[in-house]
Amino acid sequence: MGINLLYPEYEVARNMDRCINCRVCERQCANEVHSYDKEKKIMCSDDSKCVNCHRCVALCPTRALKIVKTDHTFKENANWRGSIINEIYKQAESGAVLLSSMGNPNAYPVYFDKILLNASQVTNPSIDPLREPMETKVFLGSKPNSIQRDKDGKLVNNLSCGIELSVPIMFSAMSYGSISYNAHESLARAAREAGILYNTGEGGLHKDFYQYGSNTIVQVASGRFGVYKDYLEAGAAIEIKMGQGAKPGIGGHLPGTKIVGDISKTRMVPEGSDAISPAPHHDIYSIEDLRQLVYSLKESTNYTKPVIVKIAAVHNVAAIASGIARSGADIISIDGFRGGTGAAPTRIRDNVGIPIELALASVDQRLREEGIRDNVSVVVGGSIRNSSDIVKAIALGADCVYIGTAALIALGCHLCRSCHTGKCNWGIATQEPELVKRLNPDMGYKRLVNLVSAWKHEIKEMMGGMGINSIESLRGNRLMLRGVGLNEKELQILGIKHAGE
Amino acid sequence: MKRVYVNEKWCLACHLCEYYCAFANSNEKDMVKALKDIVINPRIRVEQKDNISFAVSCRHCEEPLCVKGCITGALSIKDGVISVDQNKCVGCFTCILCCPYGAISPGDESVIQKCELCTNNIHGSPQCVKGCPNNAIVFEER
Repeated sequence: MGINLLYPEYEVARNMDRCINCRVCERQCANEVHSYDKEKKIMCSDDSKCVNCHRCVALCPTRALKIVKTDHTFKENANWRGSIINEIYKQAESGAVLLSSMGNPNAYPVYFDKILLNASQVTNPSIDPLREPMETKVFLGSKPNSIQRDKDGKLVNNLSCGIELSVPIMFSAMSYGSISYNAHESLARAAREAGILYNTGEGGLHKDFYQYGSNTIVQVASGRFGVYKDYLEAGAAIEIKMGQGAKPGIGGHLPGTKIVGDISKTRMVPEGSDAISPAPHHDIYSIEDLRQLVYSLKESTNYTKPVIVKIAAVHNVAAIASGIARSGADIISIDGFRGGTGAAPTRIRDNVGIPIELALASVDQRLREEGIRDNVSVVVGGSIRNSSDIVKAIALGADCVYIGTAALIALGCHLCRSCHTGKCNWGIATQEPELVKRLNPDMGYKRLVNLVSAWKHEIKEMMGGMGINSIESLRGNRLMLRGVGLNEKELQILGIKHAGE
Repeated sequence: MKRVYVNEKWCLACHLCEYYCAFANSNEKDMVKALKDIVINPRIRVEQKDNISFAVSCRHCEEPLCVKGCITGALSIKDGVISVDQNKCVGCFTCILCCPYGAISPGDESVIQKCELCTNNIHGSPQCVKGCPNNAIVFEER
């Protein structure tokens, strides 16, 4: 190697007056940033290895550490920014496709931040959720078009199979393999405790987690890893993954080095061989093909499980959703371009797809116009960051949201976006036993349950303010939304008025 | 009685318990002031070999060999907690030899030292438990 053209992005700032040489930073850094100099009796650091995950910062007992972004700079250039120059250096060195993790970090507009909620004043009373009943329960699945009565006039239960959730939140698909056993256990236990569902992702279902089946969505993706009869029957719903927001049009690739032990068994892939999920499903080239898969999954589970079809939010998402709503699927899940991933080509992650807010509004509108909105429930994901994002998504027309990144952050993830290195210092996106054990599910599941119940309280507060006492009355209630700083076209697509109107 | 228990499954060998122990028994309010530039001598120690690690401190045995072996009555058991009366201790180290866990050691400022569940310092409850980042050390009734 010649000259290294990359300057470290972060600097470890150690307050030597506070450092007591306990070496916890050294022991906890899987990237080997910290080391102890026995002769000088001081801790040293190699900034070039730091990914800014804050593990050392969080564990330092004397708060002697912080990580700062380097102020080392290129000659300022609004076009050739430092990050772009660095990427060229990396590729010139490696000759490889750039890989990234987690969601699109670029400064595209976040429409949730440009939408404001309504509240009641004078003429319509607001509701205090601490004093009055407030319903956050939702049912996902296709709804009947008509009320049927028997000859005595009694209601006939003509509901198809569906999902009941205590709050309109589910943990989105993250496979065992992309995240650790302990992370999966935390999600599964939290889903049961909170009365919601988590999603296996395309990694199969570990035998230890069959007990959480009634809180599990089992995924069938293009690689069909881990799919067999018991797996399909284990879950509360089956999700067909057509696309992922972080990498629309791209498949997945779990390197053979990670296919060991239980992961190999769970995925049903021989140890050491790469698990490659093709970009398309090789048996699906049309809505009719999709319909065949939907019905073969329904047939194999005796029509007892609702089928979800997950797609990435792309340009003509409304037309695609319309097709899916006619395919026999019970639920459509749409993943926006900010959705997370364990690894994706950087160019795809940062440049493909559309914002979930726009996709959701146009899908809901299209399905209503075509009179098929009740055929399906709509679940959206792709960077739902807090409870107000959920309230806004539901008012835009969603039935429920998927949270992935937010759930991982609750487990300790610091969004260092280095999942693809497999050395997650927080025990989440790694399979190294010494790192996996850093996430104790007893602690992790409680944090997830706390997050969901905190959001539930906030959703109730916001609904109460609007004078609404049930999620059902909020869904698609776009009059409760106003845009700020949006142009006519954006307002038209979102189907909302501008603030002040 | 509530005791300190360790679960090696969750122990990360980060050794923070040792530092929180040393800090707690320094009776200082600032960890930096207490532990800067010293070699700590904690009452809890992380034992580790290969990929297995766990913290060891006094088990507060129901039939403590250290108390039985103590020639001056400096070690006594009260409400399940085994404590040292430094005024009676003559430094024979019989207790150190007796303890099957190696949980008693010579002290820096006293003759011997052992975990007294932080009942003998300003904190009142085990600080190793409070400081463990992964709940590998717990203080509970079993």
